[in-house]
This record gives sequence, structure tokens and C-alpha cells, in this order.
Amino acid sequence: MTTAKTTYGRRSFLKNTFLAGGGLILGVSRFSAFNMNAGQVLEMTDEWFKINAFLKIGGNGVVTIMSTNPEFGQGVRTSMPMVVAEELDVDWKHVIIEQAPFNTDLYTRQMSGGSQALRQGWKGLRMAGATARQMLREAAAQAWKLPMNEITTESGFLYHKSSGKKAGYGEMASSAAKLPVPKDVLLKEPKEFGIVGTSQKNVDGIKIVTGQPLFGLDVKHDGMLFATIAFPPAFGLKLKSFDPSEAKGMPGIRDIFSIKTYEDNYKRNAFDTDAFPEVVAVVGNSTWEVMNAKLALKAEWEPISESTIKVDSWGGERTEVIPAGLESTADHKARMKEMAAKPGIQVRKDGNPEEAFKNAAKIIERTYTAPFLSHFTMEPMNFFAHVTEDKAVVEGPLQAPEFIEKSLSARLGMPLEKIDIKMTRMGGGFGRRAYSHYVLEAALISQKVKAPVKLVYTREDTTNFGVFRPAYLATYRAALDAGNNLIAIHVKAGGIPEGALHADRFPAGAVDNYLAEEWVVNSNISIGAFRAPGSNFIGGAEQSFLDEVAEAAGKDPIEFRLELLKRAREKPVGEKNDYDAARYAGVLQLVREKSGWGKTLSNKNRGVAAYFCHDSYAAHVVDVTIEDDQPRVEKVYSAIDCGIVVNPDAAANMVEGAVVDGIGNALYGEMTFTKGEPDKNNFSLYRVIRHNEAPKSIEVNFVKNEIDPTGLGEPPFPPVFAALANALYKATGKRYYHQPFINNSFE
Amino acid sequence: MAIFNLKINKKEYRADVDPSTPVLWVLRDHLNLTGTKYGCGMAQCGACTIHLDGIATPSCMLSVSDVGVGEITTIEGLSEKGDHPVQKAWLEHDVSQCGYCQPGQIMSAVSLLKKNPNPTDKEIESAMSGNICRCGTYTRIKTAIKTVAKS
Repeated sequence: MTTAKTTYGRRSFLKNTFLAGGGLILGVSRFSAFNMNAGQVLEMTDEWFKINAFLKIGGNGVVTIMSTNPEFGQGVRTSMPMVVAEELDVDWKHVIIEQAPFNTDLYTRQMSGGSQALRQGWKGLRMAGATARQMLREAAAQAWKLPMNEITTESGFLYHKSSGKKAGYGEMASSAAKLPVPKDVLLKEPKEFGIVGTSQKNVDGIKIVTGQPLFGLDVKHDGMLFATIAFPPAFGLKLKSFDPSEAKGMPGIRDIFSIKTYEDNYKRNAFDTDAFPEVVAVVGNSTWEVMNAKLALKAEWEPISESTIKVDSWGGERTEVIPAGLESTADHKARMKEMAAKPGIQVRKDGNPEEAFKNAAKIIERTYTAPFLSHFTMEPMNFFAHVTEDKAVVEGPLQAPEFIEKSLSARLGMPLEKIDIKMTRMGGGFGRRAYSHYVLEAALISQKVKAPVKLVYTREDTTNFGVFRPAYLATYRAALDAGNNLIAIHVKAGGIPEGALHADRFPAGAVDNYLAEEWVVNSNISIGAFRAPGSNFIGGAEQSFLDEVAEAAGKDPIEFRLELLKRAREKPVGEKNDYDAARYAGVLQLVREKSGWGKTLSNKNRGVAAYFCHDSYAAHVVDVTIEDDQPRVEKVYSAIDCGIVVNPDAAANMVEGAVVDGIGNALYGEMTFTKGEPDKNNFSLYRVIRHNEAPKSIEVNFVKNEIDPTGLGEPPFPPVFAALANALYKATGKRYYHQPFINNSFE
Repeated sequence: MAIFNLKINKKEYRADVDPSTPVLWVLRDHLNLTGTKYGCGMAQCGACTIHLDGIATPSCMLSVSDVGVGEITTIEGLSEKGDHPVQKAWLEHDVSQCGYCQPGQIMSAVSLLKKNPNPTDKEIESAMSGNICRCGTYTRIKTAIKTVAKS
């Protein structure tokens, strides 16, 4: 057992209250870290941090554990309550999960994104359970007039073994609620875990397979109207005028009007991305009717002028210039080539790279590119809103209510206390649903028509509205000396409208001479976070390049990386190296062992890659064949270090999903533009991976350690791209530099 | 607008809708059966898969006026208590991540197994290729289907 203090300074971060009807509610406040992209935990301050009402124990012994974060398939509705249940010492079978409402007075970090839920929730969740358990023991001790240290628990029951006394948690819950929160609580040692580390089924499994209403699109309320929006067909255009007369006359249509999602002078927040802030709303009685009426709507669009907007960026302020023009992919590629040929902005320099390249025996230079991507969540964008004079209730699929609530309050002219944001399950997020302009749209429509409204985007509109993954280009150069030692690395990486450089990641720290530069090409095409932002390109580029360098050096790709990591561990170059070289080596060693790398006699075409991002380490070995001229992944071996694995089978599911997603995007994913118009807005044109293209088998292994859990939504994704490219090299003799790999072209 | 009498999940339903309304939207907006999902509206993704006279078919492009006396089964009608063998296999193998595509996947799997009770991997992949899963649960779906086939 480990002792944990429940106080910090003079403040207890645990609170207990009575549960109406008898019982105990226990809340624990949690450290709040609000830097989604970097995922860093802030230092504890003396400020008060928020309470999370995590669990209720009813008088009847039913344990309800609140699930605070929105669910989009990452399994937090199961895994986070498991942690509470572990320390509480209840039978998992007797736990009910309830979705907590969005409430910044009660909860912290109610968001999904950045792979941080378990990492940031771990300690707080454990303390919630452990404290409740301790208070129940104290209550039993008082009731039985026995010393507390003789009271034990097991699966929801309190015991005094020597006298044979026994009571269910429910019997003691009300009296426990009257007790002061203890100053210290005992946390289990990992080897004592009986729930954490066991595979538990998705708590919503039965509801999913029976089609119960769980998603935003399924939300229904009395008197609800439906709406859809019309917006410019191309980036670089805005609304000029519209004629609703024909559309308004169509069956089931109530009203058609324009709305301004963001007012011109509004200082946006980082996730208020919206290239089409003025749209036309079509409101009617059903989805089909409004979708049809929108097709009959006559609207005129005109070019935008260059504009400047202010964006509130993590407490500071930045200015964004939105250029005018109708952009096409050919122009994008040309501009990226131009920028790549010029010096970039230096971000990091170690040693003397210019000298090293001058004296190199061998220089390898390669360029990698990847196009814009669309998230293509299976559930299209949608949201419900009911706005009246004195309050606003909005409900639907979004990743981060905290990112949109200020804008919603400002736009409606309503204080936060009067706004209720309800999070439904999401049919996929991948980052797209962190940009919740559709919440404002739904609310404004409801406010205008004075009725509850469900806003639904068609699939085409969901794609065309944007917030794409940026397009990228990175050039790597490596210098080898006469002994085939890697003496210098130079990376110059950029993108539209932002680059993917992570200058402090491996192989920085492992190479004496290192130069990292970046550049950008501005654009009016809206972009946003896409599963492992930045990493989802640069990880693959870097790991493909290292494969070629290993080959040029005459070394095995895994051995080559392990040597570099050994160097980074023993004699690191520079001070800010953003990875733990030992853990990084650990996943390579594990995947080497599990895949039988170098040992199998068959002629497998295999590639390997490893990466560290969002606090976890991942390595994959991909075995690929060519079937009917098409690449097909036979098997993937994955090795992951994410610390303590809370729910192993669900964690494996996450890794499998990232592997499939990575292969699909690497092979097929591509969004292109013609004069500002996305060229592929439905599955008929935008290719995503299907059953008959998916890896035939995926084997996931976790490094076993007792490090506090880190996330899994994103870390396994980036290295898949390179493991696949490296395997394809073995299968075809060709290197794959340009995504989508079915084209492998940047012309 | 016209009245359509529909037999869905062995029950009688009535919908007063335009004849061109796809069955998907009749189910979701008019009959409160939201298990069948909207993913693309052009029969490319499989999220809207229902059974029409026992055969898997997309419902997003099937006009309600074309149903006639056809019997519709939706995910809600596959079993009384979620205990259809395919549903049980889905739970046994903890298939779902976000779950949005899974009703469609299950309906396609049921139809496949009815036609072909012991499909090969290639036959599974081919029959299921119309159902997209963006979360990437394909390997688990295949395992679940093979579990049912074995039993």
C-alpha cells in the first residue's frame, strides 16, 4: 500500500456530501492541465482546483461511477470507472456508469483529445475510490465500536474477520458521508490490482449492438425541428446573396435565413476554426425535407478579400492572416516545392552540421510528402439546441465543451450559468469534433426560430466544411562518415498552412550534428487537429528515412535505431530531448522479439518503425504481400509502452484501430482541391480502408511496467505509416515517399 | 405526402411521408427507430444496412414507395434481448469502439451467415466490404463472424 495525502497546503481536495435518499457522494479534485496539444501537467499551485463528483454509493449498495469524459470509442467510459472501482474495492459487476454532465464547477478536463484521459485522471480517480473505501471502513469501525485497522473490505463488503461482522457498503454509506475526509488514504500497490489490468468489456456494448440511441444524431426532443446549412462550395468564397423563395415552398419547410456564426470582430479561441462563418439555415420538419430544400436553394457566392483575425492562443494572442484566392492542389504542391528549396526558420542546431555534411563520405537526401486528409468520422456533424429567453440547452457529439462554451456564451449573449452542454457518445472524433462551430450554428438557429432544433450536416457538407489535416513536405539529409557512422541529420519540414516539425524528438539527442528548420505556406483552407497532429506525418517521414540510412550504413534497421538510442541514453546531445531513450528502445526490443525479426526463415516482406508521441511509445513490424497487384498487409506486430494498462483488451482494440487507420490513410487517404473546392466529399471518391483491404491479423503486446498510465488514442498511429512504407520497399524494391502510397507521386 | 403501411420487425407501422423519402429517414425521423444510421446517403458506407425480406440492403437510397409488402428488419428487431448469436459474438469479442457503424456491420454479417453459414476469410471480407469502420475494428468483426460460423 502507498499512502497518499488528501490535502495540499491547507486545502483538502476531497469533499463528501450526503446523497439524497441516503448514501454518500464523494468528489475529488484533480490537477487540471489545460494544454491539449502538449499534454503537459501543470505544476501544482496553491490555487483551488475543481471538484469531481466521481462516485455515489446508494443506501441500497449500488455503486454509480460517473464517467466524466465524452466517449468516441477510446473506451474511457469503461476504463476510468475501472480505476475508481479498483481502489474502492467493489465488484465491477455491481457498478453502474453514468455520464456526468458538463459542469466546470464540478469537473475538470471533460474532453477527449490528446490521449490524456487516463494519464491526467489516474491519481484523482484512484484517490476517489480509496478515500471512499477508507471512510466506509471508518463508518463501520464506529458502528461496530472496533478499531479501524481491523476492518477490511472485499468486493463491496466490510468485514471484521475475527468477530464475523459483515456489512455491505450501502449500509454504511450514509454514516460515511457524515465523516470528515481522512488526511491520508492508502492506495493499492499495482500488484494488488484486481480490476485494473484485467480486460473488461465495453460497458455500452449491449446498447451498441441493439441499436439503442446513443449518438448525437439519435437525440430527439418534443417539438424538435430539423435544420441543415448551405455554405460556399469553395474555400475563398463567402455568401453574397440568396433567394429562398423556391426552397421555402417545398414540403415541410418552416424558414430559411442566414446566420453569422462568428461576428466579424470576435476574438476567436484556438478551436473556433471556421472558414464559413456566414451560412444559410434551412429549417423544417424532417432531415430529408431540409436536405432536399437546401438543394433547391439559390445562393450566390463572392470571393473573400484577405483578412486578419485575432485568435486567443493559450492566454496569449496571435494574428492570423487569411489569404484570398481559390486554391488548387497543383498550386499547393508548387508552393511547397518552392519553400523546401529555400532555407527555413532554424528551430534547433546541435554541433556543426554544415561542417559534417562537407566532410561526409556519404550523403542521403530524401523528400517525403503527404496530402490534406479528411477525418471522415462515420457520424456526420450534427448538434441539438434549444435556446429560449433565459437558457440554452445544447446536446450532441463534441470532444471539448470547454473549447466552445465561451464562444457560445458570447454569441448568444447569455452567461455561462444559463448554458447547459450535454455530451452524447460520438460516432468518431479523431480531432474533428474539437472544432464545434456547429454548436453555435444550432444554437443560433434555435434562437431564431424559437424552437428546439436538430442541425444535421449531409456527408458532403461534413467533408466540405473542412478542418482538414494539413498537407506536408519534409526533406531529410543524413551524413555518414567513412566508417558508415551517422554523423549528421538535417530536417527541413513545412506544410500548408503549418508544418509538422517536432525538433526535439528522436533522432535529436542521438546525433552529434543536427539541424532542424521549418517553413509554412499560408492558406484559406481550414485545418485542425487530426489523430496525433504533426506526428501523424513527421513520425512516418522520419522512420522511413532512418530505414534508408540504416540500409546505407549496412545495418539492420532495428539494430541501427537501438545503437542510436543507446547513444542518446549514455551521451545525449543537447539538453531538451523529448523522449526516454530506454523506453523507446524497449518497444523496439519487444517488437523484435514478438515478430521473430531476423529469425523467421520465410520470405516475409517486413518493415519496422517506432515512435514516441503523446507520452507513449509504439513500435510496429508490418508484413506485407502483393495480391493482384495491390498491397495487402498480412500481419502487424505491435509493441506498446503506455505504462500500466488499465483495460488490456480494450487497449489492444485501440492499437488495432490505429494500425488499420494508419494503413488506410497511408495507402489511400487524400483530399485534393480545385479552385478552392474539395474534390472528394463522399466515400465514392475519397477512399478509406475497407474489410478486404485491412490487415489480416494484428498482434498487440504491452511492455509490463508500473509506470503511471499514459494514453493510446494517438501514439500507435504515426509509426504505422513508416512500418508499411518500409515493408512495401521489401515487397516491391521501391521506396514510398509520397502519400497516398497507391499513387506515390507528388506531381 | 402519402400514407405507407410498413411491416418492420414483425410489427405494423404507418408513416405519412413523401413517397421518395428513403426508408432510412422514415425509420429515423418518423418511426423513432434510430438504430439504423446515416453515414453517406449514397449506399457507399453500409451504416444504413437493414434487411428487406431477410436480405441485407442499404436503406438510404431505398424509397419508401418501393418497399411495398416487403418485410423490413432493423437492428432493433434482430432479437428480443440482444441475444442473437451475432450480437453475442460481437459482445464476446468486444468488437465496438465508437459503435456507430456496428448496427450496419451486424446486419450485413447476419445476412452473410444466413446465405453462407461457413464463409472463408475471403468470403467474409468480400461480403462485408460495403461496411466501413473508421475506428478499424475489422479484425475483430471477422473473428466474431467466424465464432458464429463455428457454432
